This record gives sequence, structure tokens and C-alpha cells, in this order.
Amino acid sequence: MIITLFKVSMRIERDQDVVPFRNRVKEYAVKIKMGIVNQTKLITAASELVRNMLKYAKGGEALIEIVTQGRYNGVRLSFKDQGSGISDIDLAMKDGYSTEKSLGLGLPGAKRLVDDFNIISNVGHGTTVVVIKWANG
Amino acid sequence: MVYDISKLLQKKKKSIIELWIKNQLSEAGLREDLISNEEIRQQSEELVDSLVNNLTQENITEVNSPDFDDVKDILSGISITRARQGFSPRETGAFIFGLKNALLELLQQEIKDDKESLYEATIKINRLLDSFSIVTFETFIKGREEVIIRQTDEITEISTPVIRVWDGILALPIIGTLDSARTQVVMENLLQEIVETGSSIAILDISGVPAVDSLIAQHLIKTVSATRLMGAECIISGIRPEIAQTIVHLGIDLSNIITKSTLASALKFSFQSLKLEVKRIPVKTAQ
Repeated sequence: MIITLFKVSMRIERDQDVVPFRNRVKEYAVKIKMGIVNQTKLITAASELVRNMLKYAKGGEALIEIVTQGRYNGVRLSFKDQGSGISDIDLAMKDGYSTEKSLGLGLPGAKRLVDDFNIISNVGHGTTVVVIKWANG
Repeated sequence: MVYDISKLLQKKKKSIIELWIKNQLSEAGLREDLISNEEIRQQSEELVDSLVNNLTQENITEVNSPDFDDVKDILSGISITRARQGFSPRETGAFIFGLKNALLELLQQEIKDDKESLYEATIKINRLLDSFSIVTFETFIKGREEVIIRQTDEITEISTPVIRVWDGILALPIIGTLDSARTQVVMENLLQEIVETGSSIAILDISGVPAVDSLIAQHLIKTVSATRLMGAECIISGIRPEIAQTIVHLGIDLSNIITKSTLASALKFSFQSLKLEVKRIPVKTAQ
């Protein structure tokens, strides 16, 4: 069972919100003594997902949580937007697929960078992405 | 008896100014370092003049009346200059609230005998001055925001220096996050410098970039491609171990770009490709 020890939520509305959000994520990763490699992976994944939210849904809500499961501590990030949603998640998760002119690595890349990746999308209602990175995962 | 507040204030203009200035000067946090007594007097007189001249019995209840545009202009001017001079919000607020106090004090003195009229006049003056206070704060904050925007521009300018490390070799240390606007500045500076110096190698050092996500990588790739189009080779240096692992996991392909872990090794590589050699000169021993 995963227990939440601490949580904080941030509104993401502009490009300028990305850096403060990332710094916040880093702060909590440091707090649970996550190693520098995992920290960087988590921050990069967070950055990808936040940018997606800004690009495709013009912003949304990002939640940072410190979670614990047994002996393991981790950071859970939830990204919730009210955008147009993703009609084909399998396609969106494929490397190199992008509806905009980007590298198309955001979602699949973020998935490889974290330990647990969950995406739910309702077309027309929005998308929620939840990821977990364990401190020693 | 109905008091005409506007007439009353016109008649008592001098004492309003005196009262207000007295209020301002007795304020504990008076910033004598930022503003002189003469300036305070001048600003106060200008504002009271404009207020008293534009105030009539009719428009006193209509805070949005165009009659007050003049007053609001003067007020905005004062608060914007104060924001730039480095006054705190409290000090700027005390300025306009001091006027309110002076006006209310005066009304109290003048309409002593008629409680009802005093009450009515107080409410009216309160409403009017409150709306002026809002204008003050709005413009004060706007003034401060302008300062911030100017600083942001300055930071972007300073943070993208192109350094000539050797004849034909340029280095560009990138510190902080590389967003689209910044990439544009970096690219422009770099390409311009390549033309001016006729350099054939450019080193992009990303030691100071905290994380490389796919957007930043895309910007880097674009910069490298543009440099190559100009006929120069671009090396990315300063890739830390954790960044390398992240890039691999993300699946970003940087294999056709020359990358080095440190600026020193990038420089060494540049020397090699320019057929330059760095040698230690043997020290001559004393005979």
C-alpha cells in the first residue's frame, strides 16, 4: 500500500512555471535522499510532462507527493489537465510520434525515466498522468 | 444645512497641503535618502491642486468620472517614479493614505456641529480616496514589474556570452534552462560571432544546465545544425554522468553530434582537428 506523507500542488499556466515546478520537485527528491542520477531522471520526466501539459492543454494542475511503501520512499507526481485528451494512447506512447513538430519523445521518454507510469485520458475531458520514482529505484 | 464639500476643500486648500505634508514628514519611515522635502511639497501641492480643482458637488460620488483622469495621471506618475526609486509599497501607500487622513481631519474640524453631514462627507471622501489608492497600488506594482522585466532582459543578455578561447575556436557556456527564446538568442550570438571571427569550431558547454529534456535537446540539435550550415563544427561539452544516463533513457539521439564530458576535452579535440599542438617547453637549467 502506498501512503502519502506530504503533498503540495501547483498550477501550471505559463512557460515560466516550469522552472519553479522543477525546482520544487528537486527539493522533495533531495528531502528523501534520492541519488543524483534518479533526481535528474525524475526532474527530466517532470519537465517533459509539464511541457506536454502546457503545449497540448494550455496548462493544468501538478501535484507533488512524497509517498512511502514499506521501506521505500519515493516522489509521486500527478499531472491533471482539462485539454482535448489523447484519442490513441498507444500511438502517443510510441517513440518519435508527435502531432506537433517536436522529437516525440516526451511521453515514452518520461515512462522510461520513472518507475511507475500511468496515463488516463478521456477525449474532450482531459488527461491525467501519474508517475512514481522511488528514491533507490 | 448641506455642506458643499468641494467648496469647503477649495477654501481650505492651503491647510490641506500643510496637514498632509505634516503627516508625511512625521511618518517614522520617511525616506530622506530617496526624496527631499521640497519634492514632497511639490508632489503634494500638484496633487491637491488637481484634486480640488476637479472636484465638484456632483462628481464626488462618481469615482470613475473622467473629471478625475487628471488626478489619476498625476498619481500614477508619482507612484511609478516611486517604484523605480525603490520605495516600499508601505511607503507609497502611506503617501496617499496621508492625504485621506488630512482631508478627514479637516472635515472634522470644519463640520463639528453637524454629525450627520460629517458622516456623509466622510463616507464620500473615503470612497473617493480609496479608489485613488487602488490606482496608486496598481501603478506601483506595474512600475515594479517593469523593473523585473528589464532585469530579465538583462539576464538573458548577460547569460549568453560567446568566448573566443583560441583563434578559430569559440566557446559558449550555457547556464540555466534553455527555452525557445533563449535558444534564439544563443543561436543568433553564436552564428554572428562565427561570421565575425571566421571560426571553424564552436563549443557549446552545458555544464550549467540542470536537466536536459527533449525540448532542450531539440534546441541544442537545432543550434548544432545551424552552426554546421555555416560551415563550422559544433561540439557539445559538459555532459555530466546523470545527464548522459537521462538522455539515453529519454531516447534522444545525439550520436551524430560530437559530445565531450568536459570543456577541456572539447578544447583538446578542437586543437587536434585544427592540427594544433600544446607542448611543455623544457626548462633550461642554470649553467
